[in-house]
Amino acid sequence: MPLHERGNAHRFLVEIKGLRVYFPILAGVFRRKIGDVKAVDNVSFSIVGGETLGLVGESGCGKTTTGRAILRLTDVTSGSITFDGNDVVNADGHELRAMRPKMQMIFQDPQASLNPRMTVSDIIAEPIIEHLQLSGVEKHKKVCELMDAVGLNQDLADRYPHEFSGGQKQRIGIARALALNPKLVVCDEPIAALDVSIQAQVVNLLEDLQDRLNLTYLFISHDLGMVRHIADRVAVMYLGQIVELAQRDDLYGDPLHPYTKALLSAVPEANPEMERNRKQIILRGDLPSPANPPTGCNFCTRCPKTMDICESVEPRFKEIMPRRFVACHLYDRANNRPGNQPPAS
Amino acid sequence: MIRIESPDILEVRDLKTVFQTRRGEIHAVNSVSFSLKPGELLGVVGESGSGKSVTMMSLLRLLPSPPAETRGGSVKFNGRSLLDLSPAEMRRVRGREIGFIFQDPMTSLNPVLTVGFQITELLRRHLGYSRSKAKHRAANLLDLVGIPDARKRLSDFPHQFSGGMRQRVMIAIALACDPKVLIADEPTTALDVTIQAQIIELLKDLRHKFGMAIIWITHDLGVIAGIANRVIVMYGGKIVEEALVDELFANPRHPYTRALLATVPAVRGKRAKKLNSIEGQAPTLSAEPSNCPFCPRCSYSFDRCQREVPLKSSVSAYHEVACFYSSMQGDDAFA
Repeated sequence: MPLHERGNAHRFLVEIKGLRVYFPILAGVFRRKIGDVKAVDNVSFSIVGGETLGLVGESGCGKTTTGRAILRLTDVTSGSITFDGNDVVNADGHELRAMRPKMQMIFQDPQASLNPRMTVSDIIAEPIIEHLQLSGVEKHKKVCELMDAVGLNQDLADRYPHEFSGGQKQRIGIARALALNPKLVVCDEPIAALDVSIQAQVVNLLEDLQDRLNLTYLFISHDLGMVRHIADRVAVMYLGQIVELAQRDDLYGDPLHPYTKALLSAVPEANPEMERNRKQIILRGDLPSPANPPTGCNFCTRCPKTMDICESVEPRFKEIMPRRFVACHLYDRANNRPGNQPPAS
Repeated sequence: MIRIESPDILEVRDLKTVFQTRRGEIHAVNSVSFSLKPGELLGVVGESGSGKSVTMMSLLRLLPSPPAETRGGSVKFNGRSLLDLSPAEMRRVRGREIGFIFQDPMTSLNPVLTVGFQITELLRRHLGYSRSKAKHRAANLLDLVGIPDARKRLSDFPHQFSGGMRQRVMIAIALACDPKVLIADEPTTALDVTIQAQIIELLKDLRHKFGMAIIWITHDLGVIAGIANRVIVMYGGKIVEEALVDELFANPRHPYTRALLATVPAVRGKRAKKLNSIEGQAPTLSAEPSNCPFCPRCSYSFDRCQREVPLKSSVSAYHEVACFYSSMQGDDAFA
């Protein structure tokens, strides 16, 4: 169980245990189920109130599905999710409706996540109308406050999304997510669609809002540099599973799992001298299909340090040092026999 | 392997491209001049809308006209003026002497034709290969770009390949006729980092094997730092800075280049507490600029920046910058 602060369990805003999200593969005339795409396969972690947990991994590894499952935007196959003491997985419609104002989401594509036929003030006011009973004047005041908070000019309230640039659209999405004073905001690749110079603006805004409003973020991204900047702890996903979870500086300074090592070594640095000396671990092949993951360790088909045991036994996700979780046989105590030592680096 | 003294293989002078739209003109490329040496890897950096892709598309004459219109300038490739060639002559240059790789391997391959057909088409048309000879060469090419079981995969369709594999197919097509210049437009942007690393290694390797010149367009400064010999930074349809790669990263002289370098968070080394951001947004280019395109966002701008267009001037050998502030202050500009 990933309790990195043992004995203080109630501080967790979100607790996830053994989460599985499978999507059925249907075939034939009768749409018979012939298998599952294991988008998320036995994932356990928790998010402490006020922190930013970074969730990184390559496309198709299940990061977004995990984020959506926490908000129950997708149905959960098995496992448990607790948000602020409430069971999310088995909540009925009314209970979910009561929970949702406290958990919000910022989407990847600012273009697609805003209704093109609504004005900015309508978009930001929609959650307020849905969940709060406010008079017209109060509502207008609230919308103006929110636009101020995310750095949008209030004079633009009656414009439509297409009149804004990508960065401004993302600000509208952020204002909408903050309208109901949420505790948790799931940021699903909030900067992936933005230009480099705009990314920094949006990330600074998110950090600023977190300080002011005491928000908790699940920051889903494939941009390892940006996650290092914004996150307190980082979880690395590969093929539906979390392979490593640690404090940010530990993970970036001394990655343990071979996948984390390869992933970090593959990121180019904006420094020609460092680039010439960068030792790169080039992974062979592509990501296996989540419909047919390898037996044993999911990473064994591409791992540069694979052993016999990796192909047959699935490694457990466990705490091998205080606050450091990793799922890899290299760190099994039973395997630490002479001649089978985990590599030093 | 870059021969600085040898004559340019590609020389672009004062290229201007304008798009006619219903809402008026968009001046996407404004007097862009640059050159490329044989065997050189030239990096082109800039944000979306800075005109980097449109510049390359204009010199290859790939933009549909209307709406695009190239208003002047010259493009010399191997002594020939590309803008004066007939469409048929131009077709013989594209794909054969200048290869290109597009950003999105998903949409740039034809989904209803086999990969083998798409490679052999080029060989048969440009080089007059027979069907069997073309097929043999196509299999060799797929093998070269690291696709296992190359011969069998020729009869597969693009959807049967993963993203990284599709990009390898694109590279195989671009290399089919052994071009002298390869233009790669964000070839790794749509890919994951581990796959990006594979593709960069592959292109580095192929470049050493064939010695072609590459123009590599990207917005990722990290990628550029690792592969380029020389770098061009574009903003608002203009080249704002141009330098050898070490010089550019060690001694950036344009405020935009400096700001861009400061906004990228590092994965290694020291972690910055606060990210630097460039306030404001990129300009829309509804008229040919009459001032520095970066001046509304620039913290160093002064009155002259709003009145005149800065021209590129030399900082040192192979380092040019288009900035009044930087030229005026010289070496102390950002001290």
